[in-house]
Amino acid sequence: IMELCGATRLGYFGRSQFYIALKLVAVAQSGFPLRVESINTVKDLPLPRFVASKNEQESRHATSYSSDSENQGSYSGVIPPPPGRGQVKKGSTSHDPVQPRASVDQQEPVSPVVSPQQSPPTSPHTWRKHNRHPSGGNSERPLAGPGPFWSPFGEAQSGSSAGDAVWSGHSPPPPQENWVSFADTPPTSTLLTMHPASVQDQTTVRTVASATTANEIRRQSSSYDDPWKITDEQRQYYVNQFKTIQPDLNGFIPGSAAKEFFTKSKLPILELSHIWELSDFDKDGALTLDEFCAAFHLVVARKNGYDLPEKLPESLMPKLIDLEDSADVGDQPGEVGYSGSPAEAPPSKSPSMPSLNQTWPELNQSSEQWETFSERSSSSQTLTQFDSNIAPADPDTAIVHPVPIRMTPSKIHMQEMELKRTGSDHTNPTSPLLVKTSDLSEENKINSSVKFASGNTVADGYSSSDSFTSDPEQIGNNVTRQRSHSGTSPENTAPPPPPPRPQPSHSRSSSLDMNRTFSVTTGQQQAGVVAQPPAVPPRPQPSQAPGPVVHRPVDADGLITHTSTSPQQIPEQPNFADFSQFEVFAASNVNEEQDDEAEKHPEVLPVEKASDPASSLRVAKTDSKIEEKTAASAPANVSKGTTPLAPPPKPVRRRLKSEDELRPEVDEHTQKTGVLAAVLASQPSIPRSVGKDKKAIQASIRRNKETNTVLARLNSELQQQLKSEPVSVELRLGGDPAVLMLV
Amino acid sequence: MAVSTIILFLQNYPLYIRSVPTENELKFHYMVHTSLDVVDEKISAMGKALVDQRELYLGLLYPTEDYKVYGYVTNSKVKFVMVVDSSNTALRDNEIRSMFRKLHNSYTDVMCNPFYNPGDRIQSRAFDGMVTSMMIQVC
Repeated sequence: IMELCGATRLGYFGRSQFYIALKLVAVAQSGFPLRVESINTVKDLPLPRFVASKNEQESRHATSYSSDSENQGSYSGVIPPPPGRGQVKKGSTSHDPVQPRASVDQQEPVSPVVSPQQSPPTSPHTWRKHNRHPSGGNSERPLAGPGPFWSPFGEAQSGSSAGDAVWSGHSPPPPQENWVSFADTPPTSTLLTMHPASVQDQTTVRTVASATTANEIRRQSSSYDDPWKITDEQRQYYVNQFKTIQPDLNGFIPGSAAKEFFTKSKLPILELSHIWELSDFDKDGALTLDEFCAAFHLVVARKNGYDLPEKLPESLMPKLIDLEDSADVGDQPGEVGYSGSPAEAPPSKSPSMPSLNQTWPELNQSSEQWETFSERSSSSQTLTQFDSNIAPADPDTAIVHPVPIRMTPSKIHMQEMELKRTGSDHTNPTSPLLVKTSDLSEENKINSSVKFASGNTVADGYSSSDSFTSDPEQIGNNVTRQRSHSGTSPENTAPPPPPPRPQPSHSRSSSLDMNRTFSVTTGQQQAGVVAQPPAVPPRPQPSQAPGPVVHRPVDADGLITHTSTSPQQIPEQPNFADFSQFEVFAASNVNEEQDDEAEKHPEVLPVEKASDPASSLRVAKTDSKIEEKTAASAPANVSKGTTPLAPPPKPVRRRLKSEDELRPEVDEHTQKTGVLAAVLASQPSIPRSVGKDKKAIQASIRRNKETNTVLARLNSELQQQLKSEPVSVELRLGGDPAVLMLV
Repeated sequence: MAVSTIILFLQNYPLYIRSVPTENELKFHYMVHTSLDVVDEKISAMGKALVDQRELYLGLLYPTEDYKVYGYVTNSKVKFVMVVDSSNTALRDNEIRSMFRKLHNSYTDVMCNPFYNPGDRIQSRAFDGMVTSMMIQVC
C-alpha cells in the first residue's frame, strides 16, 4: 500500500498519500486486490462508482448531509478518502486528527475529503485532481471493509476531537439509516448521532438505486456551486426533524430543546454555541424552521469537517426575516424567548403564524410571512425607525419660536418640526424641550444606559409636550434615537434634531411657552422653557395645564397658533397624565409643579443640573431652545404680561428651568402668564407690569433660581424613578430593552 | 490608546477579560479587581428603592493619574469594568456609556445562546469581535 500510494517513493506520507493509503487499506480489507487501479476500480462496493469524481464531489457536497454515499463518492474523488471517511462525514472528522480538524484550514485537508460541496472552491479542485489519481471514485469504499478499520481509527481520532465521539460510537456501521439518506427515512431521535453512522450505512444501504438517484440529485445541487446550499432533500429532512421537536412548523423550537437536539451531534459545545450564534438570526433564543434548518445544516457541515463560517452564509440566512429586523430581535430574551419573553416577540410571531400556515406548502412564501413577522418582532428596529421618523418633528416643534408650528396637535408633526429645527439650529431652542423629554425619556428608556443620551431629548419632549402619549413614543424614539446618537455628543451637538423633543414637549410648550416665550425677550430659551413648564405641570394637574395653556394662547398675541394648539394640548395633557405611569413621579411632579411653578419660570432656570452632566447638557440645549422661543415670543408675549416665571411644574420643566436660569436675562420677558397661575401667585412680586421690569425681573430671577434648584432636585429624583421604570417601558415596547433590562 | 481593558464579572468572578496593550496587563487586572469594591459600594449605596432606582451606568469609579476606571452593572449584578487611558481626553462620558451599552447588548446576545451556561467564560466569537472592534475604534 505504501508503495502504491507513493509514500515509499516520497519517503513520507503527505496528505494525498495518506488518503490514498487509507483507501487502499479499505480496498484490501474488503478483499479486493491491492492495486493502484483498485482504488478507482473498487467501486462496485456499496457505493456506486462515479467516474466523474468531480461531479460526485460536488453533488455530494450539495447533498452531503443527505447522502453519505455522495460524500463517499466525493471523497474518493477528492482524496482517497479513508475508507470510512468518504462515507461518513465522520470519516472526514476522523481524519481531522490527521489533519488538524480544528484548524481553520481544515477545509483543505478535510473538506475535500469530506465533501466538496462545502469546501472552499479551491480545495475541492486540488483534491479532485489528486484523487483522480488514485481512484476515480473510491468513495464507495465498502463500508464493511473500512468499517472495522475505521472503528479503531475513529476511536483514536475521536479522542482527539470531540466531534468524533459519535464516530467511534458507531464505528461498527450501525445499520441505521442515514439520517439524511434519501432511501431511508431519517432516524428521528438520533439524527445527528446517526449521521455518521448513516453515512456509513449509506454506502451499504444505498444501493445502486438510491445511489444513482442521490448522485443525480447531487449533481444537480452541485451545479449551484454553493457549498452551503441546502438541497431539497436535506431541507425535507430538516423539516421532518423539526417536526419531531416541534409539530408546528410555524412554531419555534425553544433554546433548551434545540440544545438537547444538537448536543446529540456530539459536536463540542463551543462549536454548537457558535452554530447557534450563527443560526439564531433574530437572536430570540428560539429557532424558527429556517433557523433550525440553517443550524442543522451547519452541524452537518461541521461533522463532515467543514469549518464553521464566521458569518451565516447567504443561502442559510432566513430569508424571511428582514435583516434589519433580525438584528433588532436579537435582544429579545433568550431561552425564555418563548415563554415570555418580550411581549412583543410572541405576539408578533403568532400573528404571522397563521399566515405562514396558509403558505406553508411553499417555504418561500412562508418565509415572506416571516418577514412580516420579524419586522414586527424587531422592536428595537421599529423603535429606531420610528424615532427617526418622528424625532425630526420634535425639534422643530420645540422651537416654537419660529412659528407656532408646534401647535399642530400631532406629535409627529411636532417631532418633525423639532427635528427640522434642531437640524438647522444646533442649540435648538427645543433643546430645553429635549432636555425635558430626555428626562422623561430617560425614565422610560428601555436602555438605561441610553438614558442620558436620549434622556435629554425625551425630557424635552416631555416637558414641552402636553401629551404624554406622545411621550412614550418619543421616549422610545428618543431612546432609539439616542442609540443612534449615542456616539454623538450630547444633545447639544447632536446634529440630528434632538429626537426626544417630540411633541410632548411641544404640544405643551408650544401652547404655553409660546405665550411665555413671546413675553420673554431676551431668553429664547426661557421662552421655550416657559412653554415647556406649562406642559409639564399639566401632567399631574391636568386642570392646571390646560388652564395655563389656555391662558397662553390668549395672552400670546402672535400665538394664535398656540391657541389653536392649546386646546389640543389640553387633550394631550390627559395623555400626559397617562404617560406618567409613575404615580410617584406624577405626585412628585405635582408637588413640584406647585412648588416650582413659581420658580419654574423658564427664564430663570437654576443651573442646578450641574450634578447631572447630562442634564447640564440638556439644560444647555433647553436654554438654546428657550432662547429661541423666548426671542420669538418675546415681543408677542411681552404684551401679554404673562407671569414672568410660571415655572412649569414638571421635572422636565426643571430642566428647562435650569436652562432658563442660565439665562437670567430671559426673565424679563417671561410672560408666562397663566399656566402657572399658582406659581405666579406664589410670586407676587413677579412683575407683571411692565413698569417694574427691572425689579420684577430680578425678583423673578431669584425666584426662578430657587424654583430651579427645587426642580432640579425633583428632576433628578424623577429621573431615577424613570430609570427604574425602564423595565415597564421595555416590556411595553416588548423588545430588546426588556431583555436587556432583565439581563 | 484609549480603552485598555474590559473585564466582565459575574459575582466577582471574571467572565471575560480583554486588554489591548499587552504589557502591564497584570496592573490593569489588579486595578479592575480593586475597583470591584467600588462597584459594590455604589450598588449598595443606591439607597431608596432597590435595583429599580439604580442606574446601570456607574460612571467613573476610580480615577488615577494614568487611567480611569469606569463601571457598569446590569440588573443581574453582572459587572462590566473598563479601564481607559487618561491620555485620551476625547473619550467622553457618553461614549463610555455607549460602549457599555454595546457591551450589554452583546452580553445579552451571548446569554440568549442556549449553549452558553451562565458562569462560563464567554467564548463567543461574535462577542469577541464586537469587543475588539470597540476597543480598536476607541484607540
